[in-house]
Parts: sequence; C-alpha cells; structure tokens
Amino acid sequence: MSTIVVGYVPNALGDAAVEEAIHEARRRDAGLVVVNTTRADRLVDPGYADDTDVSRLEGKLAASNVKYEIRHGTSDATAAEEVLEAAESLNAELLVIGLRHRTPVGKLIMGSTAQTILLSARCNVLAVKLP
Amino acid sequence: MSLLEGFAVAAQPMYLLFALGGVLVGTAVGVLPGIGPAMTVALLMPLTYSLEPTAAIIVFAGIYYGGMYGGSTTSILLNTPGESSSIVTALEGNRMAKAGRGAAALATAAVGSFIAGTIATVLLSFVAPYVAAFAVQIGPVEYVALMVVAFLTVGALLGSSVLRGLASLALGLFIATMGFDSLTAQQRYTFGSPFLADGIDVVLVAVALFAVGEALYVASRLRHGPIKVIPVTGGWTKWMRKEDWRRSWRPWLRGTVIGFPVGTIPAGGADVATFLSYASERKLAKGARKKQFGKGAIEGVAGPEAANNAAAAGVLVPLLTLGIPTTATAAMLLVAFQRYQIPVGPQLFENDSALVWALIASLYVGNLMLLVLNLPLVGIWVKILQIPRPYLYAGILVFAALGAFSVNFTPIDVIILLILGILGFFMRRFGYPVAPMVVGLILGPIFENQLRRSLAISQGDPVALVSSPIAAVIYVVLIIIFVLSFWMRKRQSALEAETTADLEDDVDDGTGTPRASAAPGGPDADGTSGTAPAVSGDPVGPADPGAAAGVPGARSAHGPDTVSGGAHSGASSTKNRKEGP
Repeated sequence: MSTIVVGYVPNALGDAAVEEAIHEARRRDAGLVVVNTTRADRLVDPGYADDTDVSRLEGKLAASNVKYEIRHGTSDATAAEEVLEAAESLNAELLVIGLRHRTPVGKLIMGSTAQTILLSARCNVLAVKLP
Repeated sequence: MSLLEGFAVAAQPMYLLFALGGVLVGTAVGVLPGIGPAMTVALLMPLTYSLEPTAAIIVFAGIYYGGMYGGSTTSILLNTPGESSSIVTALEGNRMAKAGRGAAALATAAVGSFIAGTIATVLLSFVAPYVAAFAVQIGPVEYVALMVVAFLTVGALLGSSVLRGLASLALGLFIATMGFDSLTAQQRYTFGSPFLADGIDVVLVAVALFAVGEALYVASRLRHGPIKVIPVTGGWTKWMRKEDWRRSWRPWLRGTVIGFPVGTIPAGGADVATFLSYASERKLAKGARKKQFGKGAIEGVAGPEAANNAAAAGVLVPLLTLGIPTTATAAMLLVAFQRYQIPVGPQLFENDSALVWALIASLYVGNLMLLVLNLPLVGIWVKILQIPRPYLYAGILVFAALGAFSVNFTPIDVIILLILGILGFFMRRFGYPVAPMVVGLILGPIFENQLRRSLAISQGDPVALVSSPIAAVIYVVLIIIFVLSFWMRKRQSALEAETTADLEDDVDDGTGTPRASAAPGGPDADGTSGTAPAVSGDPVGPADPGAAAGVPGARSAHGPDTVSGGAHSGASSTKNRKEGP
C-alpha cells in the first residue's frame, strides 16, 4: 500500500492540505502520514499543533476512514527535514503541503519550509492553496 | 519651573526619538521572559561612549519603564511572566484571556500602568526635591547608615532566600574591594596582575551575570515545548467595556497608592508592591466579584499592574536623591551616571538639575508613548516571542562581548566576562539572586570611603556610627522595614498558598467533569462554572491534559495512548506515533 505524507500546520492552510490529502488518499487508495513537529527552540511556535489541534485533526482523519498516522512532537530537525525524512523512509508516493504568499520582509528574514520541501523531495509534491 | 525646563529639553525631537527608542526596546525585552531591563541597560552601556548624558539617561529610563509595561503582555497571553513584577498579573490576567477577555486584561494593564506611572511620576517630581534637600545635610555617618539599609534590604529582600541574598551581596562587596585601595593606593586581591589593578569594572560583572549567565542557563535547557498564544480578537478600541472601566479605576488608584511608597523604601522593589495590591484587591472585592478571583477578575490585573509601575517611579526617589539603587535596573542606571562622572547623591539635584529634570520629564513622555504603543501593537510584541532562542542569545552574547571589550579595549576583559558568566550560570542554577551582587559592587567603594571617612573623623571610635541622631533613626527605620517586610513575606506566601489551593480545587473540577458537561446549558452543579465557562482552572496552560479531555468522540476511541503525553514531555526528539484504524 502506498503512502501520502502531509505537512500539517494548525491553521486554515494546514486544514486545506489535510482535506486535499484525504481526497488524494481515497483516490489512490493510500495511507496518510501527517507530520507536525517543532524544534522547540522558541517560546511561541505558531506552526506547532497543541493538544486541541491534534485532537481536532484526529477527529477529522478518523471520520475520513483513511488509514492514518500522526507524527507529532519535538525534534532537532527542522519541520521541512522531518517531512522529507518521513517521505523518504516510507517511500511515499506523494507529499502534500500548504503553500502561501510571503511578504518581501518575510522572504528576507525567514527560510521557507515549503520551498525546501518542493525542491528537495524525491516524490511528487502537491502544493495546496488556500480555498 | 525646573520641571518645565525639563519638558523643554525632553520635548526636543531628538530626545523624543531617544525616548521612543528606549521604550520600544524596553517593551520588547519586557515581553521576553529571562531578558529584563537590567540586562538590556547593562548591554547598552557602551552607548555612554557616544551619546551625551541626557540622551543616554533618557534611553535607559525608557527601557526601565518599557520593561514594566512589556511584562504584562506575556503574563496575560502566555501565563509566562516576562518580568518578576508581572507574576501576579498572570494569576488573573491569564484566566481572563482564557475566558476570551484577554483584550480587556491587556487594556486594563496598559491604561492602569499609564495612570499609575503618570501619578507616580508627579509624586516623584514633588517628593524628590524635598528628599534631596534633606539629604544634602547628612554627613558620612548617616551615609553609612543609609548604605547599610540598602545592603541589607537589597541583599535580604530581593530573591527568595535571605542567606543566598546576603552571600551574593558579600561576593559583590568582595569584587568591589579588588584593585587599588583609594586611600592608601595599596593593591588588593590583584595577584600582582596589572589587569586587575583597576579592579573589575561594574559593567563587566553586570553583563556577565545578567547576559552571559542567563544565556548559559537558557542554553542548558534550550528545548522546551512551545506555548500557544491566546489570540486577541476585536479592534483595540472596543477592548474595555463600560463595566471594565468602572471596575478598574479604583484598583488603579489603590495600586498607585500602594506601589509608590513601597518602591521608595528599599523593600524589594516592585514585586512586593504587586503582591500587596493583589491581596488588597482580593480582600476588598465583594460578593460575586470575590468569587471571580482566581477565575479572571479584572481588579486582580488592574491593581498589580498599576502598583508595579508606581513602584518603578518610586525606586527613582532613593536613586536620584541618595544615590542608592534598590533594584537591579536602578543599579544599572546608577552605573550610567557614574560613567559620565556625574556623582549621584544629594548633590545631584543641585549640580545637574537640568539633567535630572529632563529625565523626569522624559518619564512623563515615555509613559504616554508606552500607552499609545502598547495597545495597538500587541500583535507585534507577541511576534517577538517567535524569535528562535539561538538567534536571540547569539545576539546578546555578541553585545556582551563587545561591551566587555569596550571597557578597557583588552581581550582580558572578555575572559573575565566569561569566568564571571559561568559564575552567574551557577548562581542562577542554584537560586542565588544576582541583583544584590551588582548592587554591592556598585555601592561597595562608596560605602568603604564613607565608612573610613567617618571612622577617621571619630578617630576610630565605632560608637560614632550609631550615636548621631539621624543615623540612629535610620537604623530604627531599618529594623521596622525588616519587621514589616517579613510580615509582608508571610502574607505573600500565605496568599500564594491560598491561590495555589484555589487552583488545585479548580483542576479537580476540570478533570472530574469534562468540558462537554460543564458547558453552558449542562448540569451546573458546582456553581463555580457559571462565572467561568470553558477550562478556567488549568495552571499549566495548553499542556494540561484536562483541556484535551473535553474534546469528545474520536479521541476516547483510541484509548489511553494519548498524543498529549509524549508531545509535552519536554524531552528532545521524542516523537509520538499513532496508528489509525
């Protein structure tokens, strides 16, 4: 059975990515692996799902009747590396991530998780836009 | 009139910009836990090389006031007090935020800080000249008495343990004696090294303890699970309802009345004032509002926030009139004055009145700026918390090393910085407060001079130290302060015990009845959930399993293998894998 890896963030974009991934998983008859990690090196990380977010995500996945797995926790690697590593080790068929606009200042200061994943992934990447 | 002249100086565009820069930096460091105004002023001490005194002092005062404002934001939205003086704010403020009233809590904190800060600055402008006029008349003997008061109160009252505080103070006094003896020019504790002949610079010690020690401490526990910010909704103009104003204004005024005198007498700075204010608000509340305490009472935010700002102004009274700092930040302000060779003490109001009044006027201006900045910019302050710690502390360490090098332009100073920084790490690790050490180091040389001078006058008779009437009064006051502060300590710990007991009760409620059944419309048997819906009583924020237990359905179907356990266990690189059906 093939696998689809999703990079999840607890916001509308992350939810859209998961929706789309569920859709793909049904179409391809594949299992889902949802990845959400933090390096925990800052006080506030808006990209990290807390317990409420994870329960909500689980509810959604359970309702979809797709075989799923959630990888959630702290890790030394960046979020992009975690997602890529998951896709690599599971020999994933497809990677699903959310893609959003960035401000010029944001581009200057911050790296892009999405860009790293898009360029370094071995498999196809489905970039989901905000509905 | 002199105050008006001060305003004329402070209102110059250049100084307004400096004040703005100061309060911005101050608020930012106030928001960040572990990074305080004292560390920031210490790091920015090299500014004194390039700026003229008025500008530098205005920047530092802005940082000092800004730190008081910034601390409340993290207390309310994250339950992580940015400053020690905001600990009490977290008690009620975070509850309010969880109940969706975060905006009101932020607003009452900001407006209360503004009102208290302004009133207290007015008090400062009126009280300080009189204290200074009195202080001019005192001689070395009285000065020694005042120093003893400062040493003992700062050493014994800052921090949680008297012995550790005094140990830290003694260490500071020891470092202060290093270098040339000022009267006989003998070398002391220099090990014959020319680098130590001038002693160890105060800035070096302060930067090492505040910045390097803190950075090492944070590095030793770098990866800690992130905390969720409680989002603030709605435009900031609608933050406070009419009822909030009505309930807030009395606590604001009471907080001011409590905070200013507590700040003025050296009794542990702003922290004590906030606890006193919280306790009195709790006591004065009646009926339904009393029940609301521990569940998000707006009075419990308004009072302490006003008190800590009033105390911040109060601290400046002994600093500017007697040259005695009672908090770490005040100590760093004193160092800034010393850097400019401006003797801080009774003569300050006479010799440098233009500077002092410009400083006081800039406090008024800074307060107004902080009010304007804080309310609309909360989103930006919260963003600061997303800066990864490695970047933040790398920057701090660079500034620290630069500051250390700039003291004498020798690399030896950087090595001393590192050694003292390691000392600071262990002090932090084992609960020794660093502020008494810095205060001891700054006041040590002055104390030694005055002591030896008064002993020289009395020809070595130590009785002279207590026989002067003013000195005797000061010592009696010292005893009273100690008795009072120990009484306040007791009250404070009783209050803390009471509050934590309340919290535990709440937690029992929370886990016993999942949120689904305690929701409005459900059985409201315990009566407390009526005033506070949702999860009011979790002390640890989002990591509380009680919060997750409220989500029905899918979760319980997967049995005890909950995601919450591993994710927040704090160990690095733990991953929680979970198979679906």
